[in-house]
Amino acid sequence: MAEMIKVGMADLKLCISPDSITTLGLGSCVGVAIRDTGNKVGGLAHVMLPDSTEIKNNTNIAKFADTGVEELVRQMEKAGARRSMMVAKIAGGAQMFSFQNSSSPLVRVGDRNVAAVKKKLQELRIPVKAEDTGLNYGRTVEFYPETGDFVIKAVGKPVSKI
Amino acid sequence: MADLDLNKVEGIYYDVLKEIGNIGAGNAATALASMLSQKVDMKVPRVELLDFKELGEAMGGEEQIMAGIYLRIEGDLQGSIMFLLEEKSAYTLVGRLMGTQVNELDEMAQSALKEIGNIITGSYLNSLSTLTNLTISESVPDLAVDMAGAILSVPAIEFGMVGDKMLLIQTAFSDDEEINGFFILVPDLPSYGKLLRALGVMTD
Repeated sequence: MAEMIKVGMADLKLCISPDSITTLGLGSCVGVAIRDTGNKVGGLAHVMLPDSTEIKNNTNIAKFADTGVEELVRQMEKAGARRSMMVAKIAGGAQMFSFQNSSSPLVRVGDRNVAAVKKKLQELRIPVKAEDTGLNYGRTVEFYPETGDFVIKAVGKPVSKI
Repeated sequence: MADLDLNKVEGIYYDVLKEIGNIGAGNAATALASMLSQKVDMKVPRVELLDFKELGEAMGGEEQIMAGIYLRIEGDLQGSIMFLLEEKSAYTLVGRLMGTQVNELDEMAQSALKEIGNIITGSYLNSLSTLTNLTISESVPDLAVDMAGAILSVPAIEFGMVGDKMLLIQTAFSDDEEINGFFILVPDLPSYGKLLRALGVMTD
């Protein structure tokens, strides 16, 4: 029986076909789904912050775009995935509040998360095949390493597949 | 002055933060009662220091639709405060305030909800300010109605800058119907120390 694996906030997990993997209610965080298109070894990371080097307390590597993506790729490689066959899809990075008061350190954190994920993926030479990012609403995502389907659900919007 | 390590918030610090939550939420309930001109009971708040992974479940699931009112805190303390309501509780509250049945959050209802959040968090912060002798002011409120996980990502990211856990204060208000609300107070890291020093529980 194929199972659906759940990934929490600031968390990452592997997923090998026929299983699928999900993370619920992405806001400004970014969901990064990667798979090996050949052997269908995949994984999903739910990253919160762009840069581990900006933060003193950075022991949870799944929390950051830079270290989180790197760790996911490392674990996938250990499970048999090949870097040259990897492709990524990303979702999230919304701005949930309008932040009328711009003194918040959170202004554009969603955009910065998306940019940091893309930068890391580029460094690792993993192409981004599709994305559904930005805007101002939350997203639940499901990733199927078998087909590469990335299903996105949002409140009051039709389900989409990228 | 050493900054506080949030992962070591335990023992007395934890109890103090809990008590702050208790008093703050009590004041908020009083403010709510006078706004609605009716008696509002409050259950003893549940205060928990949670891992990010556990956050969604504490709110009844990441996909539970909630209204979140977010304000910046300025003055001696810096950071943010958020008041979260279950969707149904938000309807109930706005309905009470406007004296009508509310089934959706149109512009009018949204602005009423912001005002409710403003008053509730304001009285919470007032009690904190009185307790600590620190000057605390708040910005205009921002509102989002969406999945709990998505709304929580905002304070979680702020907590994420200093640690791997988040302090959640759950308060249930009730009159005839239960209204479930959550407070999330996010002082920035230096403010934690200031807060605990002002209360005399941290010296260095």
